[in-house]
Amino acid sequence: MTPGMMSETAEAALEITDLRKTYPGGVVALDGISFSVLKGDFFALLGPNGAGKSTTMGIVSGLVVRGSGLARVFGHDAGSVEAKSCIGLVPQEFNFSIFEKVEDILVQQAGYFGMPRRYALGRSETLLKKLGLWEKRHAQGLKLSGGMKRKLLIARALMHEPRLLVLDEPTAGVDVETRRSMWEFITTLNKAGTTIILSTHYLEEAEQLCKNIAIIDNGTILADTNMRDFLRTVARETYVLDIEQKVTDDASGRPSGAVVVDEHTLEVTVAKGEGLNTIFKSLDKKGLTVLGCRAKQNRLEQLFVGMTGENGKEAKTGSGDKVSA
Amino acid sequence: MRAAQQWRAFLTLLGKEVGRVFRIWTQTLLPSAITMTLYFVIFGSFIGDRIQDMQGHSYVAFIVPGLIMMAVLTNSYANVSSSFFGNKFQKSIEELLVSPMPSWLIVAGYTAGGMARGLIVGAIVTAISLFFVPLQVHAWSVIVVFVVLTSAVFSLAGLLNGIYARKFDDVSIVPTFVLTPLTYLGGVFYSVTLLPLVWQQISRLNPILYMVNGFRYGFLGISDVPVAGGLMILITLCLGLLVLDVYLIEKGVRLKS
Repeated sequence: MTPGMMSETAEAALEITDLRKTYPGGVVALDGISFSVLKGDFFALLGPNGAGKSTTMGIVSGLVVRGSGLARVFGHDAGSVEAKSCIGLVPQEFNFSIFEKVEDILVQQAGYFGMPRRYALGRSETLLKKLGLWEKRHAQGLKLSGGMKRKLLIARALMHEPRLLVLDEPTAGVDVETRRSMWEFITTLNKAGTTIILSTHYLEEAEQLCKNIAIIDNGTILADTNMRDFLRTVARETYVLDIEQKVTDDASGRPSGAVVVDEHTLEVTVAKGEGLNTIFKSLDKKGLTVLGCRAKQNRLEQLFVGMTGENGKEAKTGSGDKVSA
Repeated sequence: MRAAQQWRAFLTLLGKEVGRVFRIWTQTLLPSAITMTLYFVIFGSFIGDRIQDMQGHSYVAFIVPGLIMMAVLTNSYANVSSSFFGNKFQKSIEELLVSPMPSWLIVAGYTAGGMARGLIVGAIVTAISLFFVPLQVHAWSVIVVFVVLTSAVFSLAGLLNGIYARKFDDVSIVPTFVLTPLTYLGGVFYSVTLLPLVWQQISRLNPILYMVNGFRYGFLGISDVPVAGGLMILITLCLGLLVLDVYLIEKGVRLKS
């Protein structure tokens, strides 16, 4: 959502305007990006490696010095004491002292935010229990598994009850079960009012969780829109059909437009709005029973690859416009 | 951040630093105790008796203030440079950088941590010295002012080293090639009045000379250099390094990309 589109009554958790950053050596990380995140939003900031996501999050949380432009957190200049008080950062890399005990890491972080120790101890107990780390509270950071370390980063970021939680690839390298429990926890936080900005490579999660999305590549915003509207822009979708009977790779054995993957699997590609009824009817006429049907690639992934891959770049140049709803 | 919150943040960082000193006491407290005991044994008992009095005091009594000061300044420096660089290396420094702690408070926390270690080690070395020579005190106020300011100066200098260090070698280069020679040539083991005039003049460019002599004045009432001048040098160094450290952290030099 661009700043101009924001409702006058809605408070922005984050406003970024013409933000630029060039690293020493001339690498342009951000080339004048602008977007806003509304209070209470669950916002996805997606992009390939090196696109500028972590730089953006670093500037917002005060870890990266901006080149020019504005970044405001709940109206406060990013990097200011007021802005930092509002933000909880879950970084991509483990950045706690591995020799400290889990509970000490949390209580110290709360202390840096000026919280009384007694309150911090209570808060750490609550968070560690919710995230399943309570039994590990006396363990050193280095003794934790990868998933536990990720959870610890989340707990640490939440110690001071931030209004804006910035998650930079928080589930990288985490097993499926742990990832699900983490998302469940974070969704609960969002429902309770915490604004969340998420950067992830798990696009299906971004699609399921996030309300709004921005796609960044080469330091520029390619898309900045509502997730539902964005997903509607998918032009074609490919489905994988599991067939009970054997299918043959000739015109009589499969519906037109379908591709035989193996003797019990077909792939069909349909245009936006076309629907699958025609395909199912055709299969029915041929006496083929569909046991299962799934999208080959999730819609967000399809759009993401299209925009940030070589084809996407050509398309962007050809149209001359960024996708924006 | 309100004043009460800043105070809690300061105590948290100080507590973490002091906790680290005691957690790894074999690396932080024990080495100085052993080294200084050896100095006292060798220079006090084995050799000291054969050396003539220095400015009216036995040789061991003469070197005690310098050895205490040497322990204070090296430990203050080493604590902050290694701890700060360690936090940089592990990236746990980001815990502070994302917090609302102002830069001056981060500097204050690390400096206080370095001072704590320096003063603890100083107290240990003083206690060990009592086995070799009775405690003499000329002016408590001078002792306190000089030891506190010296530990502050070297903590701030250690922080400067920690900020600029890119690898572990960078943390050990300054103590090895700068601090140790300056300390040994700073009048810990001798009076500079024994040196030829040229070397006396050169020695006066060494700030550690003023710290050692000011501290010695507090114990024995003797000094090779003006104590007030030493105090001025200490205050100037302290303020200069404080301003520089706060500026560097505020700008994120070698901390923020």
